[in-house]
Amino acid sequence: MSTFIAITISGLALGAVYFLIASGLSLIYGLMDVLNFAHGVFLTLGAYAGWAVAAHLPRLGFAGVVVAAAAAGAAVAAATEVLLIRPLYGRPISQILVTIGLDLALVGLLEGGFGSDSLSIAVPAWLASVTAIGGERIPNGDFLALGAGLAVLGALAWFLRRTRYGMIIRAGAENRDMVRALGIDVGRAFTVVFAVGGAAAGLAGLLNSVVFSGALVNPTQGDQLLIFAFIVVVIGGLGSIIGSAIAAVLVGLIQVYVTFYAGTGAGLAQLGNVSVVLVLAVVLLVRPRGLLGRAA
Amino acid sequence: MSAGPPAVEVAGLRVAIGGSQVLAGVDLQVPVGGVTALLGRNGVGKTTTLRSLIGLLPSAGDISVLGHRVSGWATHRIIRLGVGYVPEDRDVFAGLSVRENLRIAETGPDLDYDRVYDLFPELRQRSRQLAGTLSGGQQQMVAIGRVLLARRPLLLVDEPTKGLSPKFVSEVVDVLERVRETATILMVEQNVHVVRRLAQHVIVLDRGAVAYVGEAGDLDDEKLARRLLGVSA
Repeated sequence: MSTFIAITISGLALGAVYFLIASGLSLIYGLMDVLNFAHGVFLTLGAYAGWAVAAHLPRLGFAGVVVAAAAAGAAVAAATEVLLIRPLYGRPISQILVTIGLDLALVGLLEGGFGSDSLSIAVPAWLASVTAIGGERIPNGDFLALGAGLAVLGALAWFLRRTRYGMIIRAGAENRDMVRALGIDVGRAFTVVFAVGGAAAGLAGLLNSVVFSGALVNPTQGDQLLIFAFIVVVIGGLGSIIGSAIAAVLVGLIQVYVTFYAGTGAGLAQLGNVSVVLVLAVVLLVRPRGLLGRAA
Repeated sequence: MSAGPPAVEVAGLRVAIGGSQVLAGVDLQVPVGGVTALLGRNGVGKTTTLRSLIGLLPSAGDISVLGHRVSGWATHRIIRLGVGYVPEDRDVFAGLSVRENLRIAETGPDLDYDRVYDLFPELRQRSRQLAGTLSGGQQQMVAIGRVLLARRPLLLVDEPTKGLSPKFVSEVVDVLERVRETATILMVEQNVHVVRRLAQHVIVLDRGAVAYVGEAGDLDDEKLARRLLGVSA
């Protein structure tokens, strides 16, 4: 039983990281109809920014590392919207191509600058430690990821429900022209959405490194996660933050349960990933708009 | 009549949508003050004209709004000159509450919720209700309330009585009658009785161009009204 609790917490923590990535993707698609394939590299850059602060500015502590990761993700995402996406609104194929190109270019730059080998982030002792619950030793990193996921979910819900900017974003998802016709600079709202999504992605990149990847960062880590984030967004329903949260938990739990109980024998190592794809297929067949997506 | 520039001045306005020329050189002036009705049969380009004035449709030609030449401006910049736009189909944000629909419209000077709630008391009672669950008439109150929240000297109102019950038509007309005391209104309207009650000036479009400019009283001429609009006055 205690093992079950441990892997459940691990699955929830993985789901929290997926949610951090998927929430940005879902917001960006929900408001702007942009399928952002550069989102993975926002994660990677967040992790590298965290590594840089941990390595060169250790006096800022782990809080500084977290802030740097989120800020890097936000800055790169905002710049991407302003410089590359804004001239291409209404041209979805061009948007897809330019975001794929940006991803490839930035990953190449990271490999050129830092090498393709992983770099190690210095983490505080408490983060590398465990907490005993019911006789099971739970990594503190799992609690950190869970807490971050819940905090971002709460902050996003507050932002979208309680702030005027959040209302503008929700309204823009319904009718962009009418938002403009009320005197609102929709372009600025788009930049804010990209920045918010990028901040969550940067944070996710850092958490993925310190919680699930042995405190290592590498140039392709974001792209490896992006596919699961897209699966979460589709299962949750495009544009639905709550749908993304539910789907992220579902995907995270299924992945760790199947991986753990199926074992790692020959041909079984990837069963966790395969099971997630099967869930996606079932959702697409039974409910194509996802769990909480709007009807087309 | 004000000695200043017209509230709206358009010269050679041309708009093509999907390869079809909807406006083929519209020239018009809307004087400051009162209500000017933009009339014409279905499909002659009335809504297209309004949307072009605020940059929601790409167009060619010269457009001046409240003394500013706005051709090529982004929509939000034109609106912030002091323009309010009430679209043909209300376009309230269905997933937002009445209060949130109003809050989004906080983009002008002298925000005054009491002014809106005074004109539409029902909106205060329904402030927490999702706009998508309102009746057509109530949604029209939200759409008009949004543009009255701030002080705006020019309102572009597209078919404000379309699809409304007689009770709501009367209520909307009463409100516009009060609003015209403080703002210039350019109104698209198919209901000739509403036009005769509210408007002082009429501009009639036909085949993408202005076919007639005159006073609202001109519509009393049965033959003229039938020729221009295809309806009896």
